[in-house]
Amino acid sequence: MISVKHLSKKFGKLQVLKEFNLEFELGNSYALMGPNGSGKTTLIKTILGMVIPDSGDIIVGSQSIKGDVNYRKQIGYMPQIGHYPANMKIGQLFSMMKDMRPEIKEYDLELVEAFGLEQMKEKSMGTLSGGTRQKVSAALAFLFNPEILILDEPTAGLDPIAVEVLKAKIKKEREEGKLILITSHILSDLEELTNRAIYIYEGEVFFSDTIEELKEITGESKFSPAIAKLMQWTLKKKSSKTQLSHV
Amino acid sequence: MFKLLKYALYDILKSRFAIIYTVFLALVAISIYQVSDDLSKVSLSLMNIMILFIPLIAAVFATTHFYNNLEFIELMLAQPVKRIHVFLSQLLAVVIMLSLSILLGFGLPMLLWGADSSLLTLLAVGVVLSSVFAGFAFLASVLTRDKAKAIGVSLALWIYFSLVYDGLVLYVIYSFADYPLEKTTLALVMLNPVDLGRILMLMQLDISALMGYTGAFFQQFFSSGSGILISTGMLLIWMLIPNFLATRVFRKRDF
Repeated sequence: MISVKHLSKKFGKLQVLKEFNLEFELGNSYALMGPNGSGKTTLIKTILGMVIPDSGDIIVGSQSIKGDVNYRKQIGYMPQIGHYPANMKIGQLFSMMKDMRPEIKEYDLELVEAFGLEQMKEKSMGTLSGGTRQKVSAALAFLFNPEILILDEPTAGLDPIAVEVLKAKIKKEREEGKLILITSHILSDLEELTNRAIYIYEGEVFFSDTIEELKEITGESKFSPAIAKLMQWTLKKKSSKTQLSHV
Repeated sequence: MFKLLKYALYDILKSRFAIIYTVFLALVAISIYQVSDDLSKVSLSLMNIMILFIPLIAAVFATTHFYNNLEFIELMLAQPVKRIHVFLSQLLAVVIMLSLSILLGFGLPMLLWGADSSLLTLLAVGVVLSSVFAGFAFLASVLTRDKAKAIGVSLALWIYFSLVYDGLVLYVIYSFADYPLEKTTLALVMLNPVDLGRILMLMQLDISALMGYTGAFFQQFFSSGSGILISTGMLLIWMLIPNFLATRVFRKRDF
């Protein structure tokens, strides 16, 4: 569904992504992991067209991100920190986003209802708390029933009830066969929600396979210690990337 | 594109700044009309105020507007809309708002107390200068990542075109006073949109007769068909260049 091909991106002198190659397929749920500044958000923003790559390409469905913008209709994106126009009301924001995709008539209002956003639609975005803003982001990502869901730190800043609501929704969408891409530092969430793990280190894919495979390679039976071991390997560079990466 | 423009305009026209700016311009125009009955004096006073303030306000407002709307721009970039449309809608909204303020603020008093060709030129020059400096401001904004720096660059451009450039021109004229300089000054005027606007307006007034031989030469040039064509063409180029450059940079900018 999404194939990232030889993607490179530099910010000034800092090489964020180096000849990056990855495949994401429909029906899978991916955990995108890596230390801070490893290029996770840059990868996501490049898929969405917010960051322009230096070289390489990304194919979404059958369309290159360099061409037509319509591929973005298939993507629901929940940003790490939602930036919204401060003087716009919640209701206006939702109607504006609907207006941007006029051909979609069926809306998935499950999260809007679960988070009680309907009752708050007269509040302006600038006055909302960080958590409520995250709720708005989440509801918007799922609103158009997209094939691909990209969730950047979805549970950060949400209260425990909202986290459970959101997780249940993600699981439901996953069962419907959608492509889900999650970045997070909360490993328990990732273990619960995903079946494949991708570990990025210094702009390169260090590991990309199923979670079972990850556990087997690292010799750990649990997810968190397996990831911890992976992180140690990246630091010591004991194991070569080619052996580990299945891409 | 029109949808984006609709939202951008709705946002900007609702803002307090649009109203304050229009009222301010209207008050300036009304007070000047009250002081004098002579239309050419009115237009001269209005011109002096306009030539100084309109580029300044356009530059500062457009920069702050871009940075205040950065969130909106980021949000829109992840939507199925073209990048260039996102940018052009913001740019057009700013230009439309600034132009409407001038047309309403200066235009309504003109409707009440009468206007002549120089006052109509004044309106046109105001609109052109607003778009030129909004373009410069957007260019400064897309090139920097910091609001303060962008405002600094916009203000520097304003100071250059409004003050420093005239000083340079005067210096050239005094240094080479022994040579015929009409064509050189004409060329120098073309390279500054503010001066070009000012001269275009002055040529509508009788006082150009007081400017000596150069004034007569200018009068002749700016009242001839080709002179009007060239000066309007130059103003158009001044409107297009910064806006075009800003659009190009925006297409490659990372968010």
